[in-house]
Amino acid sequence: MSAAVETNPQVEVVSRIEVDRSAEGAVTIYWASALFWLTIATIAGLISSAKLHSPDFLGNIEWLTFGRIRPVHWDTAIYGFGGTAASGTLLWLQARLCQTRIPFPALLIAGGVIFNVGILLGSIGVLMGQSTGVETLELPLYAMPLLVIPYVFIVIANFKMYFTRKTSHTYVSQWYLMAVTVWFPILVLSAEACTNLGAVDGVAQAIANWWYGHNVVGLFATPTGIAAAYYLIPKVIGKPIHSYHLSLLGFWSNAIFYNWAGTHHLTGGPLPAWTITIGVVGSLMMFIPVITIGINHHMTMLGSFHHLKTSPTLRFAVMGSMIYTLSSFQGSLESLRSHQEITHFTHYTIGHVHFGMYGFFAPLMFAMMYYAMPRLTGNEWSSARLIRIHFWCTLIGMLVYAISMCYAGIRQGMMMNDPTAPFLDIVRFTVPFLWIRTLGGLILFAGTIAFLINFWRIVQPHRLRFVTPTLMTTERDYNMLLNKEKELEQNDK
Amino acid sequence: MTSRKIGLTLGVFLTITASVTGLVIVPNWQFRELQPVKKADGSQYPMPLFGEQAKGREVYIDQGCIYCHSQQIRMKGYGADIRRNWGTRRSVPRDYIHEKPHQLGTMRTGPDLASIGSRQPSTVWHALHLYDPQITSPGSIMPRFQYLYTELRDGEALPPGTFEADVVKIPPQFQKNGVTRLMPTDRGKALVEYLKGLNKTFPLPEAAQ
Repeated sequence: MSAAVETNPQVEVVSRIEVDRSAEGAVTIYWASALFWLTIATIAGLISSAKLHSPDFLGNIEWLTFGRIRPVHWDTAIYGFGGTAASGTLLWLQARLCQTRIPFPALLIAGGVIFNVGILLGSIGVLMGQSTGVETLELPLYAMPLLVIPYVFIVIANFKMYFTRKTSHTYVSQWYLMAVTVWFPILVLSAEACTNLGAVDGVAQAIANWWYGHNVVGLFATPTGIAAAYYLIPKVIGKPIHSYHLSLLGFWSNAIFYNWAGTHHLTGGPLPAWTITIGVVGSLMMFIPVITIGINHHMTMLGSFHHLKTSPTLRFAVMGSMIYTLSSFQGSLESLRSHQEITHFTHYTIGHVHFGMYGFFAPLMFAMMYYAMPRLTGNEWSSARLIRIHFWCTLIGMLVYAISMCYAGIRQGMMMNDPTAPFLDIVRFTVPFLWIRTLGGLILFAGTIAFLINFWRIVQPHRLRFVTPTLMTTERDYNMLLNKEKELEQNDK
Repeated sequence: MTSRKIGLTLGVFLTITASVTGLVIVPNWQFRELQPVKKADGSQYPMPLFGEQAKGREVYIDQGCIYCHSQQIRMKGYGADIRRNWGTRRSVPRDYIHEKPHQLGTMRTGPDLASIGSRQPSTVWHALHLYDPQITSPGSIMPRFQYLYTELRDGEALPPGTFEADVVKIPPQFQKNGVTRLMPTDRGKALVEYLKGLNKTFPLPEAAQ
C-alpha cells in the first residue's frame, strides 16, 4: 500500500468533514428555524383556510381575523421558512463547493437567532394590526433591520468563501448561489424604499410591490431551489450533469427574463399597457430557462430512476425539479392576457403559488436537509417510515391543494366574467373546494409533523450512533464515518 | 478566474438594476407628472383623504381587507367588472395618485370595492354588513367584524361619549341574545366612512378611451 494511494482520498474526506464541522452550528440553526416556521406557517395557513369555508371559526378574535392571519401565513412561509431554509442551503452548499470552512460561524449563529426574533416580532406586529398594507412586505418596518442584518452576514460569508476558495472550478450551483446573494439584498432594499419608505407613489408603488412579490419567489426561492437540484441530482446518482452549455444558457436567461415578469400580477390594472406587456413577454421568455434547466435535470435523471426507491434526498429533489418544470409552464401560460382575464382575481393564483412553493421549492429544501443533516450531525435519520410519510404527504397534500384551487379558480373566474351570475352564488360554488383545500393543508401538515420528529431526533447529541443508513450513502462515506466514530471514541477516552 | 467571478457578480447585479429601473423608476417618472383634475363644482378629483376617511383607510389596511377585495376596475370587454356594476369606467393611474400604500389588491374572494361608496351609500347597510355579513349577504364567507361594534341590549344605555345618531338598529329577525342595537367603535365608524367615500366614477378624460 503506497502512501499516496492511501492518503489521497482521505485528504478529500477529511476536508469534507472539516467543512461540515465548521458549518454544523450555523446551518443547523437555520434549518431548525426553517422547520419551526414551516410549522407555524402551516398552522396559520390552516386557520386562514378554515376561516374561508367556516367564517365563524375563531370568529371574534381580532388578531386572528382572516386579513391578519393570512399575511402572517405568507410572511412566515416565505421569510420564516423560505428565508432560513435558503440561508442554510447557501452556507452549506457554498462551503462544500468551495471546499472551505464557513467563516465566522459564531456570528452566523447569532444571525440565525436575530432573524428568528425579527420574524417573531414582525408577525406579532401584523397580528396586532401593524401591517404595512403592502402585500409580501407586510412586516412592520421595525422588524426589517432584524431580518436584513443576519442576511448581511450571510452575504459576506458567501462572498468570502467564493472569492477565497481553493478550488479552481465553479460549479453551476455556485452561479445560482452567488446570484441569490447579490439579488436578495438589492431586491428587499429597493422594494422597501419604493413602497414602505415612500420613494414612489400610486400605481408605480403597485409595480414595485409586484416586481418584488414576483421576484422574491423568482430571484430568491427559485435560484436556491435550482442550485440544490443541480447539486443533489448528480451527486446522489453519481452522474455528471447532462450539459454544461445548457446550464449556462439556463442561468443567464433566467437571470435576464425573470426580473421583468412581475407586472403580470397587475394585468387589467390601471397601468399603461406597456408595463404589463413587458411582464407577459418576460414570463413567456421564461420558457427558455425553464426548458433548458428541465432538460438538464431530467436528462441527467434518465436511466437512474431506480435510485428513487432508496434515496429520500433524490425523491424530494426529483419531485421538486419535475414540479419546477410544470409550475413554470403553468406560470408562463398564466401570464397571458386571455388567461388572466379569467384567473387573475381567483383562487387559481393561490393554487399556482402553492404548486411552486410547496411542490418545487420546499421539496428541494427538504432534499437538501435529508442529504446534509446526517453529514452535519453525524447522526442518521432515525425512521425511514417517517421519511416515507413525509414524502407521500407532501406530494399528495400538495396535489390535492393545487388541483382543487386551480380548478375552482377557473370556474370562479368564468362565473365572475358572466355578469348574470350572482356574486354570492360564486362564493357558494367555491366553498366545497375551500374545504378540499383545508384537507390538502392537513395532509401537508401531517408530513411536516413526521419531518419534525425525524429532525428533532437527528439533532440530539448522539454523535455517530447510526444503525443502518436510511439515506443512500456510498460505502466510502460509510467507512469514513465509521473510522471517524472510532477516532471520536478514542478522543473521548 | 477572478475576472470570471467579478463578471458573474456584476452580471447578476446588472440584471436586477435594469429591471427595477425599467419597471419602477421609469414609470414613476411618467406618473409623477399626474395632477388632480378640476370638477365642475370647483373641487378636485382625486382628493387626498383626511379625518375619518383617512382613519378608516388605516382600519381597512390593518384588518387586511386587501386579501379578499380589489380596488381596480378592468376596462370594458376585459372581464365583466363594468357589466357587474362594480364601476362605470376603467381605473387609470390618476385615480391612485394619493394612495400610500396602494390597495389595488389581487383577489376577488369578495367583490371589487373601487366604487363601493357609489354602489352602496348607506351607513346602516355597511354597519350591518360588517357586524354580521349574513344579515345583508346570506352565504357570504366574509368574517364578522363584531369587535368594531359595542352590542347594546334592549333598554341598555349608550356607552359614555357616544351619540344616539350613531346607533344602528338590528332588524328583528337577526337579533340574537337580546342584542337589538349596535354602537360602532371609533374604528368601526371610520371604516364605514372610508368605504362610503370610495368612489372612482368621476369620468376622467383618459379613462374614456
